[in-house]
Amino acid sequence: MWLYYFKQLVQTFPFFLKGLWMTVAVSGLSLVMGTAIGFAAGIVRASRVPVLGKLLFAYVDFMRGTPFLVQVFIVFFILPEWGIQLEAFSAAVLSLTLYAGAYICEIVSGGITAVPPGQTEAAKATGLNWFQRMRYVVMPQAMKTILPPLVGQYVLLIKDSSVVSVIGVTDVTRVGWFTVQRIPEGLMVFGLVGILYFVVCYPLIRLANQLEKKLRVDFGGL
Amino acid sequence: MLEAFNFRVLFDYMPLFLKGLWATAWLSAISLAGALLVGMVACGARLSKFRILSALAGAYIEAIRSTPLLAQLYFLYFGLPSLGVRLPEYQTGILALSLNSGAYMAEIIRAGVLSVSWGQIEAAMAYGLNYFQRMRYVVLPQALGITIPPLLGQAIVLVKDSALLSLISVFELTRAGQIITSERFMPAEGFFTTALLYLLIYYALKAFSSWWQKRLIFVQPA
Repeated sequence: MWLYYFKQLVQTFPFFLKGLWMTVAVSGLSLVMGTAIGFAAGIVRASRVPVLGKLLFAYVDFMRGTPFLVQVFIVFFILPEWGIQLEAFSAAVLSLTLYAGAYICEIVSGGITAVPPGQTEAAKATGLNWFQRMRYVVMPQAMKTILPPLVGQYVLLIKDSSVVSVIGVTDVTRVGWFTVQRIPEGLMVFGLVGILYFVVCYPLIRLANQLEKKLRVDFGGL
Repeated sequence: MLEAFNFRVLFDYMPLFLKGLWATAWLSAISLAGALLVGMVACGARLSKFRILSALAGAYIEAIRSTPLLAQLYFLYFGLPSLGVRLPEYQTGILALSLNSGAYMAEIIRAGVLSVSWGQIEAAMAYGLNYFQRMRYVVLPQALGITIPPLLGQAIVLVKDSALLSLISVFELTRAGQIITSERFMPAEGFFTTALLYLLIYYALKAFSSWWQKRLIFVQPA
């Protein structure tokens, strides 16, 4: 029986690959947009803009304080009530983007704050304007602190993208969920799902660890 | 947009939400205890001198960290019955949460234990403290100071992750939001209330974490 199901599972493998592609597409899109939002928000937050800063604080706290599943439901079920109808894929990308953006905002503003203020002061004294200071002095140094947790955040993003399967995005988790109805071997089916996630996530985790070792920052004397 | 918010229905469903809040609280509390146990065992195995034990624990930790919780949850939910193990949904949920969080706990505890420098232990030995005294007065106070804040951070993640249990039809806070959505078709009332109650737990845990951090005297490792 076990072998029979295994053969069936091998036959459905192309669907798993399609699901994996969907997972990569959803998380890839949200990764790019979330990074853009996160960097913009993080820079604003670190520069202590009065009202905007408070708003960002509320946004970040909401995203960090509530489960991602609830956020997905809010985007998918409540936005239509306000006249914004999204199909599953867009709703998934939107919620993942907002979610990742909040965490990346924290990482970026943390990285910027970690750059000693003397650096900014020196840049000011040299006559660099705000943009130049950010571009040539602050960000290059902040990136060392930002990069390792950023890659870690990408791993979390890929893993959390499994949650959007519940609103009907046929990612690899949903393919598994479909398959297990026909092939009632949960360990085998979701073992395969796990392996597919592992293949994507594990290299990224290793990369994050390597970056952490390589980019260990030492602002010691400053 | 908020004029459509129906507070009367909210009031009707308040007992349900409070029950959900309570369910989320105890499910997370038990899973947290389980995760600490799993984490300590896995950490002990990881640091053990026996190669095989250490490799096994390492494989377990990596496998958990590079696959999504939802896939792990389905793995157990659909997989345990085919092994002949039939658990009620909530027990499967607690098991999945404990095993998932335990892997992260193991890494946190390991970092705490390794942060106490060997010189400290040597000095304690030189004073003639026995194993228990060394642990009680030298190692643990320093390890805890470093370990507690990330452990509480992991506890927050665990509470949010417990929302996924609603997907295997365990009644908890997110399920309460789903019920009000399907019975009255009021997703805004349902999921915003759910989100608010999660925020309540989040802020409580965060306040506790910062209170604890102020209380502890940090001994910075040289």
